[in-house]
Amino acid sequence: MWRLLRQIARAGIPSEAPPAADDALRQQTQDLAREILHTLGRALAIRVVDAGSCNGCELEIHATANPYYNLEGLGLQFVASPRHADLLLVTGPVSRHMEVALRRTHDAMPRPRLVVALGDCGCTGGIFGEGPATCGRVSNVIPVDVAVPGCPPEPRAILQGILTAVQRNVHKRGLG
Amino acid sequence: MTALASGLALLPGDMPVWHARTGDGPWLEAAHRAARSGARLVALWGGAGEAHAAYALPEGLVWLSLPCPGESPACPDLSALFPAAGRMQRAMADLCGIAARGAADTRPWLDHGLWPDSRAGRDYPFVRVSGDGVHEIPVGPVHAGIIEPGHFRFSVVGEKVLRLEARLGYTHKGISRRFTELAPEDACRLAGRVSGDSTVATAWAYCMALEAACGTHVPERARWLRALLLERERIANHLGDLGALGNDAGFAAGLAQFSRLREDWLRLSKDCFGHRLLMDCVKPGGVAADLPPQGADALRRQCDRVERELGALRDIYDGHAGLQDRFLGTGRVDPPLATALGLTGLAGRASGIAADLRCDQPWAPYERLDVRMATHRNGDVAARVAVRFDEVAESLRLLRALLDGLPAGPVATPLNTPAENALGAGRTEGWRGEVMVALAFDAQGGRLRFCHAHDPSWQNWPVLEHAVMGNIVPDFPLINKSFNLSYSGHDL
Ligand code: SF4
Repeated sequence: MWRLLRQIARAGIPSEAPPAADDALRQQTQDLAREILHTLGRALAIRVVDAGSCNGCELEIHATANPYYNLEGLGLQFVASPRHADLLLVTGPVSRHMEVALRRTHDAMPRPRLVVALGDCGCTGGIFGEGPATCGRVSNVIPVDVAVPGCPPEPRAILQGILTAVQRNVHKRGLG
Repeated sequence: MTALASGLALLPGDMPVWHARTGDGPWLEAAHRAARSGARLVALWGGAGEAHAAYALPEGLVWLSLPCPGESPACPDLSALFPAAGRMQRAMADLCGIAARGAADTRPWLDHGLWPDSRAGRDYPFVRVSGDGVHEIPVGPVHAGIIEPGHFRFSVVGEKVLRLEARLGYTHKGISRRFTELAPEDACRLAGRVSGDSTVATAWAYCMALEAACGTHVPERARWLRALLLERERIANHLGDLGALGNDAGFAAGLAQFSRLREDWLRLSKDCFGHRLLMDCVKPGGVAADLPPQGADALRRQCDRVERELGALRDIYDGHAGLQDRFLGTGRVDPPLATALGLTGLAGRASGIAADLRCDQPWAPYERLDVRMATHRNGDVAARVAVRFDEVAESLRLLRALLDGLPAGPVATPLNTPAENALGAGRTEGWRGEVMVALAFDAQGGRLRFCHAHDPSWQNWPVLEHAVMGNIVPDFPLINKSFNLSYSGHDL
């Protein structure tokens, strides 16, 4: 146990000292975290669906939860079911084999709901394009609120994409 | 080598690869000889009206092509000799229409009955297990966590798993066809996205194959930089997995610590090579960019830092009774089973299969580095964790050696024009195991007739089903993570 405590103490809290470039984003996101809490009274629930990605986008989604980006500290939370999700985060060009599963996940979400398409694949179909085996961009299958380019988008861009979708809607009409 | 098949011709390239066209008889005979001599089946696929098989022998790779003409093309079944061939043959039938004559399992695999030219029905005939108190738990394709999609069907009694049957193919994106639509030089980007976590390993194998087909020699410095990238990719993935494995066993502090290390690692990759995951850093003819002036020092310092922290974290993992309790004996694949099923790569090494391309067939610059292979005999989650720890330590050593020995000179060269119908194959030892790419140019030498990118997940997915047997359902995520196989790399 003491070893663990020593390691934790030694490692410190990286999220307390973000690099300078983060400052603008942090300011804005802290305000937004407050807004999310104010509007929803809880964290924003995000359901992730990989609709056919190369798994690169998933690696960067995972990174948003690391101590640097501290996703949960911003009032965002990944959840296991679409039934209590506010936002659907979709990666990949949508493969034919995931088309139905993606639609069903989207249908299972309560309204209002938000959809963020992630990565060049989610935005345009990316290098895989459209073909007999792929439907291409996410918006070919379900309506998309915000599309985040990048291959894969970096964690900061992913957070920004999520926050943009939320902010737009929090300001407009509550959520959604 | 020549004992396997007649007419083998050595292809040009960095790796010893022999190729021959065979008929039905010699195809089967070669498989028998390969199985007898303990050779591994690396890949089996269909392309341009032919069935192809690649075997790993101590001397190098033997690639056989079997023309399958006619109305209903077929080739002899190899799954009786190499169990891993089963799904590869089913995929070949789905994608190229070449059936395996006499195979025990001829169900569609990648084809879910949803393509315009599907031969499969919509309903997949799962194997049913019946008996007193047996019930089924279907999971996926969409999972609770942030992982790739796949369907798992557990037959359980109480909490205990009697049988697991996976159904994959959900992320099939038509990658093999896409390769033939892109200009060969641009298709390197596609190779780097077959499985995002293995972008360096696959792009390097692709470039090796392309450069072999074009008769192009890559500058020395580019090879060393490619190895630097490959070892950085290995460490990045192992750091991520070690954290996730701690977390799946209820030790969230492990995830926090390792994900912090991984983030530092990815940030320096971005600073030195321009991309956090190193995508598009390897390109045909060399690498995309040279190391920036201060890069080598920063990379060395990071190796020292990670080595220190890794030691501390390993002590914590080893000394944590709760973690060890979840790791030890869980998801066990013993060496005889691993050998029989053809388990490969990192998981294979954790089950006593001493195979690592960097040691067995060291290509430049690995022939100068004397890589020490990490192996274990227990074949459980604990062994796969231990191999990861050992491999990070060894890769840190390799990174320092690569930085110290980095030769001067250019980092890329233009590709030569390939001969018509030129063939090429490339192999690398990615973090998960051996990645192989085989390709063929068309008669004009301008486009690819076919390109097959093979991820070691093909071999290991069926073994996962055995690893889970007798364990409890809640241990599945932990066991699955300890293999951490690629869905995208397999589904193609
Ligand atoms: S955008 Fe890039 S990283 Fe993301 S799924 Fe597509 S190819 Fe992979």
